[in-house]
Amino acid sequence: MAEGTHRRFSVRRMPGFTSIAMLTFAMLYGPIVILVIYAFNAGESVALWEGFSLRWFVTAWDNTQVQEATFRSLIVAGAASLTATVLATMAALGTTRTRPYPGSLVIYALINQPLMVPEIVTAVALLIVFAMIKIATGYSGLIFLIAAHAAFCVPFAYLPIRARLEGMNLDYETAAADLYAPPWQVFRRVTLPLMAPGIVAGAMLAFVISLDDVVITEFVKSAGQDTLPTYMLGQLRRMVTPEVNAISTALLGVTVVLLTAFFVLNRQRR
Amino acid sequence: MRRAEIRRNWLLATPALILLLAAASGPLLIAVVYSVLEPGDYSGVVWKLSGEGWFRVLFNRDIFDDTVSLADAHLTIFWRSASLSLMTTFFTLLLGFPTAYFIATRPLRQRMLWLFLVTIPFWTNLLIRTFAIMEVIRNEGIANSTLMALGLIDAPIQMLYTDASVLAGMVYVYLPLMVLPLYASLDRLDFRLVEAAYDLYASRIAVLRRVIIPLVKPGIVAGSILVFIPSLGAYVTPRVLGGGKNMMISNLIELQFGEGRNWPLGAALSITLLAFVMVALIFYVRNMAGEQRNG
Repeated sequence: MAEGTHRRFSVRRMPGFTSIAMLTFAMLYGPIVILVIYAFNAGESVALWEGFSLRWFVTAWDNTQVQEATFRSLIVAGAASLTATVLATMAALGTTRTRPYPGSLVIYALINQPLMVPEIVTAVALLIVFAMIKIATGYSGLIFLIAAHAAFCVPFAYLPIRARLEGMNLDYETAAADLYAPPWQVFRRVTLPLMAPGIVAGAMLAFVISLDDVVITEFVKSAGQDTLPTYMLGQLRRMVTPEVNAISTALLGVTVVLLTAFFVLNRQRR
Repeated sequence: MRRAEIRRNWLLATPALILLLAAASGPLLIAVVYSVLEPGDYSGVVWKLSGEGWFRVLFNRDIFDDTVSLADAHLTIFWRSASLSLMTTFFTLLLGFPTAYFIATRPLRQRMLWLFLVTIPFWTNLLIRTFAIMEVIRNEGIANSTLMALGLIDAPIQMLYTDASVLAGMVYVYLPLMVLPLYASLDRLDFRLVEAAYDLYASRIAVLRRVIIPLVKPGIVAGSILVFIPSLGAYVTPRVLGGGKNMMISNLIELQFGEGRNWPLGAALSITLLAFVMVALIFYVRNMAGEQRNG
């Protein structure tokens, strides 16, 4: 009581809020930490600790299914994020630093559409359309997955690029044009280098989003086209060994590295 | 604006629009068409107009005598989806509000670090996070073994594959979606107003209820919508933690394209889900527009 009245009254303090916040952070990280710890378990179980070992990382590394799924994930994410970034860059150039023009709202709505529609709905719609095309053409390669991924990655690549462009005024480009630089050179030497951080950020976001996708991949993939997440989803139905933990830990590592790089890039911008 | 500039803008946007029309928006329209066709024998559709797909969203037709009854199984799933999504929103708000408040009241330099800690789970693969929860609550998991070690229970409680485990999983995976917009609102909160309320002898509860919550209402609405929408369409979490019997709408939709072999019904269910999400989004946009007018 005495101590309480002596403490300076803070208008910001809310009793209990700090405890709940700590509980939240413990909840957010606890399960992930346990998951990572058991990836290093020497035993067969994801519940009983039997000592430290890297055997499950080795097992996962040697598993041809995991290798193929990883390779496929990287190809799809690479191709999709590249496509999405190029298209999003062009679209951003056509929709920023300009007054609203006929149809600009339509373009904006279409680009952001994948953010608004539940994944399962897009997945089912793609299943319907791609099934038709697959039957009609007899082709069932990776292009379908790449196209689907590229489409839902467009808004994720577009938003950082657009944000970057909106923060750039036209002075440098005007100066370059005044010095008789042809439009292409203005773009190549002035606009592109200035918007580069936005493009890199957009590409990284698109890559992570594609790498993480489960739902759309699950419905669009043809037989034998598992990506790492759909492979893991399939594994969860069976006896789970720490191999899944090891794969998760590796994926987690990639996400954290990319995310940290993203934050650092964004910070340098300011 | 010059005509040439408009044309240039459209040309720049065209490749992206073509991709999105081919692999996002266009297929949605075809799904609408599929919802009014007849199901094929094994999969796909027969190109004949039929209202059966939509009819079956809510009703069952007896295969022998054509009597019509309500599709109880579907209603149960709709109810579960709606109630679990609302409860997810409620619990994420309950945990997320104090968390966002805590972050917003840290010194400026610490805030970025706390925010980064919220962002990491946000960008971590949803499947990995769901799997992490699964390991904690499974029969041999740490939750049960801790309770048993404490002597609170004798045998493991079945936590996995229940509605409660789906709820816990959704709260866990969608929590960052609540904290981030709440923080954005709380960050701009003018604490002089809070101080003024205390000066006028308001209690902490009164300050929270009458000053802080009304001021950050846009953030609360934004966070709630951002949690509610993906919850309603959740697929991975109920599939992994619900174990097949605690289905939500997404899993019911998947069933129609698999064992159910009723693509028109599946398409009709998808469009129903989309319609509900659109209603929630319109509500959100109007709330935001209203706030901008007032602010």
